[in-house]
Amino acid sequence: MLLLECPCCGQRGEETEFHCGGEAHITREGPGADDAAFENYMFERVNPKGVHLERWRHVHGCGKWFHAARDSATLEVFGTYAAATHRPPEELLETIRAKRPGFKWRELA
Amino acid sequence: MSDLSGPAPVLALGGAAFDGYVRVAEEPLRAMFTLRGDLSAKALKNAATGLAAVDMPGQGQVALNGEHCIAWMSPDELLVMTPWDEHAKALGQLDATLTDPALNYTDVSQARALFSLSGPDGLVREVAAKLAPVDLSPAAFPAGSFRRSRIGQVSAAIWMPAPGRIEVVCFRSVADYVFTLLRDAARPGSEVGLFG
Ligand SMILES: [Zn+2]
Repeated sequence: MLLLECPCCGQRGEETEFHCGGEAHITREGPGADDAAFENYMFERVNPKGVHLERWRHVHGCGKWFHAARDSATLEVFGTYAAATHRPPEELLETIRAKRPGFKWRELA
Repeated sequence: MSDLSGPAPVLALGGAAFDGYVRVAEEPLRAMFTLRGDLSAKALKNAATGLAAVDMPGQGQVALNGEHCIAWMSPDELLVMTPWDEHAKALGQLDATLTDPALNYTDVSQARALFSLSGPDGLVREVAAKLAPVDLSPAAFPAGSFRRSRIGQVSAAIWMPAPGRIEVVCFRSVADYVFTLLRDAARPGSEVGLFG
């Protein structure tokens, strides 16, 4: 079971109070994109064992979207952060680096 | 305003009640308004406090006085309740106060069902805790706490007006489901003794 803290309302809850919105920080390709870029945006997702970044929604709570960084194998949650950002806060990355030395997720390490 | 010209509003379950090891009851209709916008905006605060005559609640809190209350729903949302007989007056007051288009309200009085659990404090907490994934211990959930979560499979908000009483609000369309769950959780013989 995941224990998530919603950064919007501050409530700490378990995962059935939330809804997962899939992989975080996907670049949305526009009408000008070529087929390869659009295919990548539509279909290409990572499925890591270990550190993973996802979008979540506090669906039974405040209703807001946010991001979460967790370990897909141990279900440890490293932290949650605002929805409106392109990458995790540096402080959270430091936490992940300390707990999972040498981790890689997309271009983040 | 439609309810003023239509038939008198009725409760979802006609005031159903069940005396188990705590009492579960559908509460009389209250006027309920969702207010949305910047919670620090003066006009929004004035609208809420003008209706309920209580202070603005903090994050995760409810400020109340009897059936008047202001609940903190999210960083940009409040739920304001008053006794039903103040409904028409409240609508007029909200229209007059919330003139900024970025601040708005919706009358949700008849979109909601309201239940109460009353009895010994520990048992009241326990019945709610059987159904919601929330820490309802006295330390984590003192009187005045307000929490949106789920009851069984549906969204609900839970708050504690005073020790020995929990109130629950859910969508009216799932009133029967929520009442049935609460009644089942309060069935005599199913005491757990979680909170002493
Ligand atoms: Zn939240």
